[in-house]
Amino acid sequence: MLDDIDRRILRHFQANPSLTTAELADLCRISAGVCWRRLEKMQVAGIIEGQEAVIDWAAVGYAVEVSLRITLDKTQARAFDEFMEEARNVAEVIEIQTFLGRVDVRLSVIARDMKHYQQLYRDRILTLPHIADIEALMHIARVKRDEVLPV
Amino acid sequence: MIELDEIDRRLLRALQQDATQSAGALGRRFNLSQPATWRRIRRLEDAGIIKGRRLRLNAEALGFGVTVFLGVKLARKGQISLEDFERAVSAIPEVQTVEHVLGLYDYRLRVVARDLSDFERVLRRRIMTLPGAGDVEANVLLSEERLPGPIG
Repeated sequence: MLDDIDRRILRHFQANPSLTTAELADLCRISAGVCWRRLEKMQVAGIIEGQEAVIDWAAVGYAVEVSLRITLDKTQARAFDEFMEEARNVAEVIEIQTFLGRVDVRLSVIARDMKHYQQLYRDRILTLPHIADIEALMHIARVKRDEVLPV
Repeated sequence: MIELDEIDRRLLRALQQDATQSAGALGRRFNLSQPATWRRIRRLEDAGIIKGRRLRLNAEALGFGVTVFLGVKLARKGQISLEDFERAVSAIPEVQTVEHVLGLYDYRLRVVARDLSDFERVLRRRIMTLPGAGDVEANVLLSEERLPGPIG
């Protein structure tokens, strides 16, 4: 299990993944050697899975982001699999989540503008298989998005 | 806005998968010199296209067994300040993301908890008591995939 030092490392590292091991060690008030070994241990244990670059889609020209909450026709045995398979082929879908609750699947869809979104929605989304119902939530602003785990 | 060519797109895709790759290693993969690769990455960062890095942690291995998405509707619109709600909800450690949306709900929250009873505690003590919080809908996350997006 993790101890206080591990947690301290994860807190600082989550806040700024670009830190070098030496900088991270300084912030945690431990030696670079200890820090390196702890990180190594947490990587081997599968706690730290990796690092990914975060892309700002608005800066690439995708100004619109919509959350589509989808209910599937569950009388079809393969509805989930077939829906997901097709949804993965839509380049503008950046996230697929499945749920237990009122909503079955949620897609995050990005588009250049509303006209582009409308076209995507008609040609690529509504044509996905086994959809029973769709609700759309338009993103206005991200108030908090660090996805930091409260370790 | 800057134009992206094929190499920029490949670099973005590679960095989305693993942001720790060095400019030298990426350059070898895409037949570029180390300085040329470095300049391209730098340009993507300066343009705000790469806005940072995220550490991928295994939530379950850290004891967070449940992720719940909450749709929150504000009660008594107009009388409460959005800023107050946003400040209070952002301060809850279990709330990972807060998105202001237009539609059936006003806000969409991503909440982590150790298990369902821990989630219930967060919901009752912290979310339902927020200034202005009205109707809440909860959906428990079963699976999640992030896709590379339209740069492939």
